[in-house]
Amino acid sequence: MGDVIRFLTRTRGRGRLHWSDWLTYAYLILSLLVVVLPIMWMFLSSVKSPAALVENDPRILPYTQLSVPSPTGGRDQNVFVHTRADGTTVDVAFVNPRGINARVYELGKPDTVFEVPRTSLARKEVVDPRWENYTEPTLGSTQSRTFNFLRYFWNSTFVTVMATLLTLIVNAMAGFALSKYKFRGRDAMALTIVATLLIPPTVILVPLFMTVSSLGMLNSLWGVIIPTIATPTGVFLLRQYMLTIPDELLEAARMDAASEWKIFWRIILPLALPALSVLAILSVMWRWNDFMWPLIVLTQSEVFTLQLGLSTFKGELNDNMHYLLAMTVLTLLPVTLVFVFLQKHITSGIANTGLK
Amino acid sequence: MQVRPQAAFEWLWKSAGDVLDGPMRAIQSHIGAHRMAYVFLLPNLLVFGLFSFWPMLLNFYIAFTGGQSVILADRPLVGLDNFRELLACPSYLDPRTCGVAGYSFWTGLWNTLFFALVQVPLMIVVALATALILNRDIRARGFWRAVYFYPVMLSPVVVAVIWDWILKRRGILNATLEKAVETWNAITPTFLMMADYRAINWLIDARSGWPMFWVIFVYTWAHLGFYMLILLAGLQAIPRDLYEAAQMDGTSKSRQFWRITLPLLMPTMIVVLVLSLIRAFQVFDEVYVLTGGGPGQATKMMIQHIYESAFIGDAKRYGIAAASSVLVALLLMVLTFLQLAVTRKKAGN
Repeated sequence: MGDVIRFLTRTRGRGRLHWSDWLTYAYLILSLLVVVLPIMWMFLSSVKSPAALVENDPRILPYTQLSVPSPTGGRDQNVFVHTRADGTTVDVAFVNPRGINARVYELGKPDTVFEVPRTSLARKEVVDPRWENYTEPTLGSTQSRTFNFLRYFWNSTFVTVMATLLTLIVNAMAGFALSKYKFRGRDAMALTIVATLLIPPTVILVPLFMTVSSLGMLNSLWGVIIPTIATPTGVFLLRQYMLTIPDELLEAARMDAASEWKIFWRIILPLALPALSVLAILSVMWRWNDFMWPLIVLTQSEVFTLQLGLSTFKGELNDNMHYLLAMTVLTLLPVTLVFVFLQKHITSGIANTGLK
Repeated sequence: MQVRPQAAFEWLWKSAGDVLDGPMRAIQSHIGAHRMAYVFLLPNLLVFGLFSFWPMLLNFYIAFTGGQSVILADRPLVGLDNFRELLACPSYLDPRTCGVAGYSFWTGLWNTLFFALVQVPLMIVVALATALILNRDIRARGFWRAVYFYPVMLSPVVVAVIWDWILKRRGILNATLEKAVETWNAITPTFLMMADYRAINWLIDARSGWPMFWVIFVYTWAHLGFYMLILLAGLQAIPRDLYEAAQMDGTSKSRQFWRITLPLLMPTMIVVLVLSLIRAFQVFDEVYVLTGGGPGQATKMMIQHIYESAFIGDAKRYGIAAASSVLVALLLMVLTFLQLAVTRKKAGN
């Protein structure tokens, strides 16, 4: 135990690597594999052909068997590598099976069909990423019946953008009121808002559903957006930040006869930009990835968000794995881009506020 | 003339504010500047009231009503019937002895308890180990932090699709294990050979504990980075001089860990414990998409029971769902108070 602790807490010594450094890097590399490989595997699988996916081809690259048009105008014929008895090889096209043999012809010579044992044939494969997995459901040429990517994407984007804008404005207004005004019941109100953190959203599912339904917002994107825009975490974050903005700025603006709204919009909001951007990032992440609440409010597929569409598509027994994986990649792409560009803001924002 | 995007944005920003300035100014001249605070608070309070406080109260009421209507007026009061149905069990440890609703409730409860009790300690230990490693003087720390954190950004559905694809019976995990056994058998002497690997149905095999194992694993995989980040921030807040002073006194590394690192990290650890426990009791998304609660009911969690009672199937048993929510809320409350008590005791020391 002592050794383990020492290894975990030791800082790197000068000079050559201590054995604990080796262990550290071993841990890092092992966990890199556990974290990254599953995601990489999905990326790699998403460009494989449906046939390779059905066979669960364990190879990393997207291999596809070559095929040539049939000289008689039938189905395309698969290409194999035939190993002759003397060890030389030749590319052949497969015509049809006959017992344990196969009838084939050498490529370019479709007239001389000959028989070879099937065991002498190996598939002629090339690396061929199948980008159609991505383009078909999105561009709509052979759009999958059940997965309307563009619509889901639009719904998700609409929910994310609207909910984030409203979250920012509504919570900034509340944060402004709670940080820059003295009024009766202010502290009680701040406490009440923070206390809502203790109400787990999961235990008010039924009454929330009934409220939303009585407001006529079922199967409407607004039913997903509105209930989520007042987040106690957002109010708290912004209030704490706005407390650091000096009151003299507000006084000076009031001297110049600026209205309270103008002070909020023109002075407070620009100055609170760092806190607003943290909340914006969190909100985009929350709303884009949201699953349970949309699942309850949205039951018709025209209003599905991407997450709902994906989970429904996954639940159906189908052989559209190639579309599912490609669409999963497209779904995680926006948050990945946000993450790549704003990684520092996200990690420091979360570490400082303890929010997710 | 060229329009700069930034200028366009500023113009949009200003005019958006000015549009609202008219009505706001009118309100202000009517009620006075200092009462504008209430106006600023109003939207937030409306949304909170309508979608948090009101539903919370409503939930208690619905728990005492029956029927299948979503309209409150059409719901007959049934007294304690819903609770009776959930709690009337000859043996709580064996949910099969309960009624239909009770079976679902107690299965979900025990599964969730098991999940939380295994997952939370596991997560905390691994997150702490990872945070301690990243707190060392390693190269490219930012890169490693990003690697561990990235899964947190993924949606539960994406996480479930990724792992379902790996854990299929003919998926990559089984293929890799099979290959490993094959290779091992090819290079080792006969007496060390292993039996041929038979593919396991990781998420479907009901008799093994694998589905629950993978549910816990995948959930931990997806959320580890978040807790690791909080712990790392806690570690970095510990003043370096403390370690330097300990070094001067010849204190051993393990003693430094127990006497400096752990006590000073305790407040952060408690935050992590509270957050992860409360979240673990509300686990739903990942598990629901990954296994659907199956095989059978092996990974059916509390929230899935509530969700299914109310929204799945022909009989929409909102009353049962609300009553279950009340019981879960009670449980969460007891937990929170227990944690507060523990925290206070620790703080008292």
